[in-house]
This record gives sequence, C-alpha cells and structure tokens, in this order.
Amino acid sequence: MEKIRVENLSKIFGSNPPKALRMLEKGFTKSEILEETGMTVGVNNASFEVMSGEIFVVMGLSGSGKSTIVRMLNRLIEPSAGKVIVDGQDVTAMTEDELVKFRLHNMSMVFQSFALMPHQTVLDNAAFGMELAGIDKDKRRERAKEALAQVGLSGWEDSYPAQLSGGMQQRVGLARGLAVDPDILLMDEAFSALDPLIRTEMQDELLKLQEEHKRTIVFISHDLDEALRIGDRIAIMDGGSVIQVGTPEDILQNPANDYVRAFFRGVDPTNVISAGDIARDTIPTFVLTKEGSLRTTLELLSGSDRDFGVVLDARHRYLGLVSTDSVRDAMEAGQKGLKQAFLEDVTAVNMQDSMQEVLPFLASKGWPVPVVDDGNEYKGVVSRNRFLRTLHRTEEQLDQ
Amino acid sequence: MFEQQVIPLDSWVSQFVDWLVNNYRDIFQSIKWPVEQTLNGFDAGLNALHPLIIIVLVVLTAWRFSGYKLAVFSAVTMVFIGLLGLWRESMTTLAMVLSSVLFCTIAGVPLGIAAGRSDRFEAGIRPVLDAMQTTPAFVYLVPIVMLFSVGNVAGVLATIIFALPPIIRLTSLGIRGVHPELVEAAQAFGATRTQVLIKVQVPLALPTILAGLNQTIMMALSMVVIAALIGAGGLGSPVILGLNTLDIGRAVVGGLGIVLMAIVLDRITQSMANKKS
Repeated sequence: MEKIRVENLSKIFGSNPPKALRMLEKGFTKSEILEETGMTVGVNNASFEVMSGEIFVVMGLSGSGKSTIVRMLNRLIEPSAGKVIVDGQDVTAMTEDELVKFRLHNMSMVFQSFALMPHQTVLDNAAFGMELAGIDKDKRRERAKEALAQVGLSGWEDSYPAQLSGGMQQRVGLARGLAVDPDILLMDEAFSALDPLIRTEMQDELLKLQEEHKRTIVFISHDLDEALRIGDRIAIMDGGSVIQVGTPEDILQNPANDYVRAFFRGVDPTNVISAGDIARDTIPTFVLTKEGSLRTTLELLSGSDRDFGVVLDARHRYLGLVSTDSVRDAMEAGQKGLKQAFLEDVTAVNMQDSMQEVLPFLASKGWPVPVVDDGNEYKGVVSRNRFLRTLHRTEEQLDQ
Repeated sequence: MFEQQVIPLDSWVSQFVDWLVNNYRDIFQSIKWPVEQTLNGFDAGLNALHPLIIIVLVVLTAWRFSGYKLAVFSAVTMVFIGLLGLWRESMTTLAMVLSSVLFCTIAGVPLGIAAGRSDRFEAGIRPVLDAMQTTPAFVYLVPIVMLFSVGNVAGVLATIIFALPPIIRLTSLGIRGVHPELVEAAQAFGATRTQVLIKVQVPLALPTILAGLNQTIMMALSMVVIAALIGAGGLGSPVILGLNTLDIGRAVVGGLGIVLMAIVLDRITQSMANKKS
C-alpha cells in the first residue's frame, strides 16, 4: 500500500524560484541556471512512492539533493513546486497549524548530528516529542522509558547526552523518534557519523525494530553498503534528480545509466543478489507418494536427460534431492521408497540468502542447491551454470 | 568654506528638547514613576536591613554559585567597604544598579530575542545600540535633567541608556548561537515558534544571556560617577565631592569602593553564567 507519494517535487534555493523553474522546464541544466541566475537547484522534479512498512533508501553523493528531499517531506524546507501526499493528505497544502499537528503525530525524524538537546537528560530527550504534544509528565516519561529500553539504553535515563558515546547518542535520537509512535520515520544520514562497527550494529538494531513493528522509513544515505543492507527499495539521486528507483537487485542487474553503474562498481553482486532472485525451476520435481516409485523416477529422469530431481511433498514442500545415480543405487540395493534414494548432505538454502551464502554449497558438491522460502516451500534450484551466468552478466552490466 | 553654510542642528535640537519638555512633561513623569518606585523600594530595603544580613546574603549567593573561595572573598570585601565608611553609599549604589539592571533585563531580553530571530530587526536595532554605547553620557545628561529633573531617578535613567546595549546584543548572539539542527529537530517534532523559543533557544542561550547581564551590571557600575554629576547619590558622590574640593583622599576612597563592589558583583554573576553552561 502506498504511504507517501512525491509528485514532481522541486526546490530552488535563491531569489526567484519561479524563474529558475521555468528555465528547468526549458531544459537548462543545473549549472547553467547557477551561472546565469545565481540560484541553486536543490531538487529537480522528483517523483516516487514509498510503500507502507518498507525501508526506502534515498541514496546519492553529497549535494545530490537527498537531504533537501527528506526535509520537504515534513516541510522543514518549503518545496518550490510539486506535491507531497501522505495517506492521501496533501502535506504541501497544509496550514501552519495542520503542519504542526502532522509533525507531532505522523512523522518523526532522526538526524545525522543526533540533534539532542544538551540541556535535557536522556529521558527528557526521548520524551521531547510528547512534551511538545502536551502529554502529561508521568505518561510521557513512562513511554520514553519504554522507547529507551527498546534501543537498549535502560539505566541511562538520567545521564546527559554529552556523557554518552556517539552510538548511544544516536540510540537516544532513535528512541526520541520512536517514542511518539509515528507511522513514518525520516532518517537523515542517521548512522553516517558513527564508526563502521557501531554503524552496522545500529543498522541491525533498526532491522530488528522494523521486524517487531513495521514502520514506513525513509532513510537518507550516501553509503551504498548501508543502502543495500537495509533498503527494501532504493532511490538513486544525482544533481537533484531521481535517476532510478527499485529494489537493490533490480538496480544492480539493470542500472539506469553510467552514474548508477559507477555507484555500484566495486559492489560484490553476490552480496546483493539473493538465492530467490536466481532460483529457477529447471529440474524435474517428484511428489513423494506412499509406495514411492524408484523405477518411474529413474525413467523420468533419464527420459528428460536430467541428472537430478527434487522430491516434494503434496503441499509443495521440499523433502530431498535425488540423482540418477542415487536412484539406481537404491534400486540395486533393493530399496523401495524414493526416500532411500535421497542424496546425503544436501542443504536447502533460504530464498533470502545471498549468492555469497549459496556459493559454498555449490562449490563443495556437484549438485544444484535447492531454494526454499520460510515455510520450506520449494522455490527452485540454483545451478552452477545459473550462478556463473548471473555473475558474468552483472559484471558486464557494471563494466560497460 | 563652511563659514556661511552651517546647518543649525544645535538650535534645532534645543528647540526640540524645549518642545518635548513643554508639551510632554506628563508622559515623561509617567515613565519616571515605575523607575522611582523600584529604586526607592530597593534603596529603602537595602538600607533598612542590618549590614550583617546583607553580607550573609551576598556570601551565601557567592557560595551557592561558586564556592567557599568567592564566599570568603566577598565577605572580606564587603566588610572592608563598611570599614571605609562607605556602607550607606554602597547600598544606594547597589539599589541604583539593581533597578537599572532590572529595567535593562525587562526591556533588553525580549528585544535581544527579537533581534536574534529576525535579521531585519537586528539590522534596524544595531545602529541604535551603537549610538547608545558611543554617545558620551554627558550629551544626554542635560536633556535627561530637563525632562526628569536631578536626583537618583535621573541617574538610573541615564544608566539604563548606557547599560542596555550589551544585554540586547548578547541575548541576540545567544539565540543565534543555538545550533540550527536543534531548532530543526524541535520543528520536526512539531514545535510551534513559541515552543522552539521557550524549550530550545532560550535555555541554550542562557549562559550567553547571563554574560550579557554581567556586562550590563559592569556598565551600570561604570556610570555611577557620571550619574553623581546629576545629583544621584551613592559611591559616585564622594568621588565628585572629592574632585570639586580637591580632596584627593576622599575621591580615592569613593573610587576604591566602586572598584571593590564591581569585583564582587562581577565574580558572582560570572559564576552564575558559568554554572548555567
């Protein structure tokens, strides 16, 4: 379900935005406008949708307009043109009072520099949004305490932000954002100021929180690894424009232009592309019946000239992998059931596992790796051939 | 070349002041009233209390905001002022300083906040503040006497003009010094303009505002002698009297009293500002 819709959003910094907008329409570039009028195009005609409950990462280098875009979502920066629609409500048309209410209840924000109030305790910082909303002291402190516990900061309530490390300060920032229980969380380079180890830890924390309670998160980042790690979908920005929106796999496999390609160069595709993305139903499947049917299986396998077959139960759940050899061996040993022909040491991988995680299984054994979902339902196999072809194609895409 | 073409600004000003005095005396008297009441209140209060009580109060304040060192120093200094025979005068001066600083704060903090939040207002008020600080006090002593007559109240009014700028400037500086991301964060969480001011800007600007208050107190003390020229009492009068009668000893004793008092007030207010930051 669509949560936020951004329509043709633009921001011009300078004395006469309408003039710059007209020039943009006529096809002038950002640098031409800057040279001629001294005005800066922050964001140029951006459109995208953010779905309910997803982590939507807006990624770009500094100066690409990503921080401006996120600030236009809650109108900390007033858009020059275009619309922001949240739950069908036009944020850009709100009056000052409506906007204050909207910010109090629907959207909260986490900042790169933490932006904690240095004169308030950790607890009061976490309760800040509720204090503004006029929630009484006991109630807001109780909820702030819960929020602090959620981010693992119990026991630090009475400290001041300056006494905390950077990572802990940002946990307070996160708790402050969560305490008001918003449906939308805006995170502006929230983890960029943290050192790499803490950053990864915070990303995990965010994913964990997201698992417990799905919020719509718009996450600004200049760090590709971060975007790939936490983003359900990514929007890539350059020079104020949105170049491409899609899932990490989409973008990696079909980069829109050289800029995007350059961005992804150096990324190991095996980290991004998941087993589910490349799993194909290329080998025969057999449903395990009571009697089993070693002979039929062997005939079917040899008939279709395949070495392997997957055995499923009646509800399409994965049971095991057989090969022509294993079936023949089982027959010769006088076994009856298909179960006795299962290859040993076959591990099915989850469809969300990355290619990286599939690789060891593929490398050590001669057979394709079965892929299943969380409910053990069979989704296909990843063969060596398929794996290598994907790798080759992605690299070709990025190297163009 | 300028012998013939001179703008008669001096006579215009004289006429303007005369016109003010003749037509608006009532208005100026009504401005005078609250200042007079406040000043008399402080003066009566400070002179009615036993010196020991005042010393104890000062020492406690010093101890609370700084520590035992400043407390001991304040006690010694206050006793010394008393031993110099300047107790009554110093209480009158303290009353004048307190009243002028009170009015400076009431007017200066809101003006400073306005200047801190609006570039336009800041641009408009800056030349006025420059003029208030650089115009020699002697220039406005005469019109003040004409409008408010001589005495302590006129002295306090002249002091207010001179001591107002620093608290306005430093309040504005403090408000502007609040990190923009903090203001942004407050707005992002739904703070109204007033909430941003009360919950973020003023608390964070407080140390700077208190530094402004400290400056205002120092400026007020430096006006004590000049105020004595228009009949204000206090520590300035022995100085002026000593000067007029060439009684060097008397002038120096008065001057010493002002310096000692300035040091005590400065240290105490500075420690208040430090405590807040």
